[in-house]
Amino acid sequence: MHGISKHFGLVLANDQVDFTLRKGEIHALLGENGAGKTTLMRILYGLYQADEGEIKVQDQPVVISSPKDAIRHGIGMVSQHFALAAPLTVTENIILGTTSGLNLNMEHAERSVREASTHYGIQIDPVATIRDLSVGQRQRVEILKALYRDATVLVLDEPTAVLTPQEVEQLFISLVGLKEQGFSVVFISHKLHEVMAITDHVTVLRLGRVVGEVPTKDTSPNELARMMVGRSTFGVTNKPEDNGPHQEGLVLDRVTALDNKGLPALREVSLIVRAGEILGLAGVSGNGQTELAEVLAGTRPVTHGRVKVFEQDVTDFDAQAMMAAGVGRIPEDSRANIIGQMTVAQNMVIERLDQFSSRGYLDRRAIRRYAQELIKEYQIKAFPEDHMRTLSGGNLQKVVLARVLAQKPRVLMVAQPTRGLDVAATEYVRSKLLEQRSEGAAILLISEDLDEIMQLSDTIAVIYEGSIMAVMPASDATPEGLGLLMAGVQQT
Amino acid sequence: MRLQIDKLPAPLWMRSLIPVVSVVVTFLLTSGFVLAVGANPVEAAYYFLLDPLSNPVRLIEVLVKATPLLMTGAAVAFAFAGGYWNIGVEGQLYMGATAATAIGLQMHDFPAWVALPLMVVAGFLAGMAWAVLPAFMKVRLKIDEVVTTLLLNYVAIYLVGAILNGPWRDPISQWPQSPEIAASAIFPRLIPRSRLHLGFILALVIIVVLWFVLSRTSFGLKMRAVGFNLDAAYFSGIHVNRVIMTVALISGGIGGLAGASEVAGIHFHLIDAISPGYGYTGIIIATLGSLNALGVAAAALFIGLIDTGSQTVSRALGVPAYLGDVLQATLLLVTLAMLLLQRYRISLRRKGSPQTE
Repeated sequence: MHGISKHFGLVLANDQVDFTLRKGEIHALLGENGAGKTTLMRILYGLYQADEGEIKVQDQPVVISSPKDAIRHGIGMVSQHFALAAPLTVTENIILGTTSGLNLNMEHAERSVREASTHYGIQIDPVATIRDLSVGQRQRVEILKALYRDATVLVLDEPTAVLTPQEVEQLFISLVGLKEQGFSVVFISHKLHEVMAITDHVTVLRLGRVVGEVPTKDTSPNELARMMVGRSTFGVTNKPEDNGPHQEGLVLDRVTALDNKGLPALREVSLIVRAGEILGLAGVSGNGQTELAEVLAGTRPVTHGRVKVFEQDVTDFDAQAMMAAGVGRIPEDSRANIIGQMTVAQNMVIERLDQFSSRGYLDRRAIRRYAQELIKEYQIKAFPEDHMRTLSGGNLQKVVLARVLAQKPRVLMVAQPTRGLDVAATEYVRSKLLEQRSEGAAILLISEDLDEIMQLSDTIAVIYEGSIMAVMPASDATPEGLGLLMAGVQQT
Repeated sequence: MRLQIDKLPAPLWMRSLIPVVSVVVTFLLTSGFVLAVGANPVEAAYYFLLDPLSNPVRLIEVLVKATPLLMTGAAVAFAFAGGYWNIGVEGQLYMGATAATAIGLQMHDFPAWVALPLMVVAGFLAGMAWAVLPAFMKVRLKIDEVVTTLLLNYVAIYLVGAILNGPWRDPISQWPQSPEIAASAIFPRLIPRSRLHLGFILALVIIVVLWFVLSRTSFGLKMRAVGFNLDAAYFSGIHVNRVIMTVALISGGIGGLAGASEVAGIHFHLIDAISPGYGYTGIIIATLGSLNALGVAAAALFIGLIDTGSQTVSRALGVPAYLGDVLQATLLLVTLAMLLLQRYRISLRRKGSPQTE
């Protein structure tokens, strides 16, 4: 790919990008969110058209105006959101769109999928139904689907974002196997240790431009991080402070709750978060974290057990009562828990309109003034009147953070606070959490990001299928140990 | 050069062009029909849109036509803004009309200052009562209000038919229409010898209240939050069910008021064709007016205008009445399609030219 440029409206997503992928290599495309990695690959796969530049496959200039063209040139892509039909089997999904004629020989198709599976070393059961497969298995189906269509170039868009450490390892084994068979892989990521572990070359993008291309063996995580953000990062880490034993801030005592389908989601969860402590709750998504966050947000009832906040029993309090009890709530999907069509100012006060109205009449001047204060204090790049949905992920999270922290909560429930944020915003959010901790708040940090858990927590707990697998001081935790617990393997 | 389409709100001057463009497109689309029945398309357009505005008598008629539409439009817009899809304004209007008639028939010995408020209150409460059941089923049993409110419209219309063919059948003419309400219960005229009545003032008050509630009160902010994103509203600690219930009942009340106003201002008795679909037109008005008070007012007046115009066209040119309906329907469809354009910004850009903005 040579000299690729692409605008979205007024934003320049790719600016004269050159990218060369060699045969039989794994090539990392590294950059922060919004650096233009996905855009570049979507151009390669025909999902977007470049405004400028050319693409060559084996030195031949080609025009790729749709994924169909890309597939014809041997390019396959596995995006972050899988394009699989859940009620169908693996085989049906793989051959979808490759068959012609009316006659479909299912046995033959199954056999060829099975052959492809062994040939490429990607283990998957051709007759399994997608719905029954784990995320890691579904990803393998997507990869096999691309290979089945004779792809020689595989583009993987943040493939490890959704996997457990063990699944990541599996994926890496498959990718190295493919490389040895002569396939080329583009590995989009912003996780440095993964890039260091399996790639041959790294191309770093920043703000739509190529910052550099280096052989992986000649670089270091620090150098890559510097290229990514223009400076060394992740200075934010927890420094243990020993202030003696602290009061119990948040206590969960054998809390049991159901999910939306009425199935048990939390099974006798007991946790104690002390004032001035961050308890990191690690786990693969879908193991009850969402429900736990909702219980603490006051939006999901418990079936058994008690919840206490500084001695006060808050079991089954509603959202308003939870906030009144001093619980600050930063939900897991901020975009879903703000009102995008309303303004930043309105979203900042929506939880406590009583304080910004008299006898039902809104004090719009006070709302605006309050919003301006928070915007200034939390360095939010927005105006009070901006519609919330126009904000970037980082600014949106800052609004949510400002809304909560302005209340000086004694207990903070934070779920996936930095998911999807770039390095600078991530750093900001983490430093704010640590600041709250030093001020004596009891913080429950629910996160799928192990690095985040290990960097911030004083105590680490692991949740698996709604049960707490283990609780340990952060100093005793290792990524491998946590990974096993997250996968449900109880250590002895 | 190439055409660039961005998902940004169109500039204001472009938006103000929308009605004009809609009219021109409608004119082009319908000329064939008008020619086919032997009339002049330019003349048709004149009688359709300009004649009602050129003459004070017709202009007043536009306001008369717009009166019930302002109310049903406000009723629907209020419900939709709160995320409650009330399709039942038609039925609520019938119930309001029935209750107002029931009061009006008893008012022969009372002065107007007693009768008129009672008419208004009766209409409002009856519309509200008709909205209780679907709202309750929505909040408690999660039953979709679109279906229940819609079905109750038919119940209401047939109920009125049963009453008119039974106890209230006019004793003199034997027509299925109620006896006339007391003179004290009739809405006073705003302009002598016209049909413009007190209901128009009521309608304007409702529009102002709608604007005030939606944009200036904490309840308005809460109900809009519920309408935009129910889960987020719930997360924020808003009592979502209470808000939905309130929104549904007030919307029903406004619908009932429209019925009372039609009885007390236009017909003076209950008939089974008290509404030619005002409740449903209210949905169009609320949508055209993008659920805000000013928009609703503009849309109701606009539809009042083309309603009047479509009658004038057929009368003045001696063409079949359905032609007026064709023009009206085409204009509505074209306007709705045009409104889509205000969400985009279309510009010509030279290929490869640097971004200047």
